[in-house]
Amino acid sequence: MKQWIAFWSIVGKDMRTYYLKPPNISWGIIFPIAWTGMFFIRSGSGLESIHTLLPGVIAISVLFGTTSMLAVTVTFEKTNRSFDRLLLAPISLELLMLAKTGGAIVFGVINAFVPIILAAFLVDLSGIDWGVLLPAILLIAISSSFMGLLIAVSVSQVFEAQTLSNFFRFPMIFLCGLFFPLTALPLFLRPLSYLLPLTYGTDILYGAILGENIMPMMLDMVIIALFCTALFYASLRNIHRKWIL
Amino acid sequence: MATPEPGPSPANEQKYLIEVSDLCKRFGNVVAVDKISFGVARGELFGFLGPNGAGKTTTINMLTGLARPDSGSLRINGLDCTKNPKAAQHLTGIVPDESNLYPELSGFDNLCFCAELYGMPKIERRARARELLEVFGLKDAGERKFAGYSKGMKRKLTIAAGIIHHPLILFLDEPTTGIDVASARQIRQLIAELHQAGTTIFLTTHYIEEAERLCERIAFIVKGKIVRIDSLADLLQPMQEMKAMLLSTSNCTGDLYGQLTQAFPDINFKPVSDEQIRVESNHPIHIGPLIRFVEQQGCEIIEARRLKPSLEDVFVQVTGIELAAMKMDKEKGKGNS
Repeated sequence: MKQWIAFWSIVGKDMRTYYLKPPNISWGIIFPIAWTGMFFIRSGSGLESIHTLLPGVIAISVLFGTTSMLAVTVTFEKTNRSFDRLLLAPISLELLMLAKTGGAIVFGVINAFVPIILAAFLVDLSGIDWGVLLPAILLIAISSSFMGLLIAVSVSQVFEAQTLSNFFRFPMIFLCGLFFPLTALPLFLRPLSYLLPLTYGTDILYGAILGENIMPMMLDMVIIALFCTALFYASLRNIHRKWIL
Repeated sequence: MATPEPGPSPANEQKYLIEVSDLCKRFGNVVAVDKISFGVARGELFGFLGPNGAGKTTTINMLTGLARPDSGSLRINGLDCTKNPKAAQHLTGIVPDESNLYPELSGFDNLCFCAELYGMPKIERRARARELLEVFGLKDAGERKFAGYSKGMKRKLTIAAGIIHHPLILFLDEPTTGIDVASARQIRQLIAELHQAGTTIFLTTHYIEEAERLCERIAFIVKGKIVRIDSLADLLQPMQEMKAMLLSTSNCTGDLYGQLTQAFPDINFKPVSDEQIRVESNHPIHIGPLIRFVEQQGCEIIEARRLKPSLEDVFVQVTGIELAAMKMDKEKGKGNS
């Protein structure tokens, strides 16, 4: 019970202090809208293209919404030593790191609904399989947050975390089938795509919105869950190795 | 010289709230903590005194779970923290050597957040936060952001955060370093009050006067080893026999220190500055012959002040480290010990 008080307290503090601030909201709203606009204009096929663009825009919103702030909530707090306060509290490391990523996950899910709500004003979304879409958004948010966490605990400075995040995030826009099908990628790049959890998340989104998934959606979900577990435990290992000397 | 205390034994287990035995920690080739053993009794104010890089913070980090010992054992209230550093974290409060609260939260919110980390229910934590703001003289600043606090206020709030959950043991790492004199005095007063209220306190400091004023028992740590551990009274006892005096001179042109050493072989002279010489002896110091000799050398004595033997003398005698060097070292490399 006491550990859960601490858990919710950390999530709440991070949400209030970091996530619901204008600079971060801009990543979650302006950035995806700019991308959508770019692809929308480029496609030149009118409102019909919104359905096709929606999976990619949702994925990009979640990816950037979740990973942007972990460099601050974790790396910055470690640099200014306020993270030590959390490490010294009687809360298990697993629960502590879930709390630190909890805010990012919630924020990522909220971000996913920004393009969905905007799209709802323009096109009919009744064909979407919400029962698949919602778990897919959650899984993408979790896997992206854990990826952000691994980056945040692998470096010692905020700028390093942000640089490393971008090193992964920007290529993922092209490698994970967000706006181009994987078949459009050069053959030598395709194996890379399958090493990134967002590829599987995007596949589920395409299945839920357009019914055009490549792999069985259940398999996609299992693979993302495995990625989540691996990323989370790799993060814990890094903390044990680098931060608890 | 008293040797470091033995590690935990069945008898010690009853006596000590913190029991450390043969604790070792290396960082690469550097031995930060080298087989130290000590115990801290319930309700005791225990001082850990040493220069920068001596291993004080590394020891605190191992005691609190921020570092893993390479070998040795560590128990807090009987709980083995060697393998499971989380075991005793609910019993301890920590005030690190830098104020590390959240700059964007108010003083009150910082305290409430720290209380939540220890699972305190809402009504209790809010009442406790208000109480501590009052006790620490920060009531009017409670709603202000921590980022806007002065250094002294930050330090006080960090101590308040360390005790918000009524810890059995409070670890204070250099609590008065880098703050103004008035705040440092207030903090020492607060530490003394906490001790009187029954909190066991483990204090690291490089201010010898602070340790002398506050601590009941003190360990001197140098280069990762405890070189002396004893009660304050026992540490000072041998020095009570010593007579010491500070001579302030002027108009000296030659090597007065060398001349005095040659002329008075039974007396120890130590240059303190260009114009001050410390005089020590185990016998009463006759001031008349000294003054006459100094004046014969063309110098003038403007003050001869008797010095009371202090912990500083003991520290210098035991460790061979001069205090001025220790303080300068600390200011240069703050927080790395």
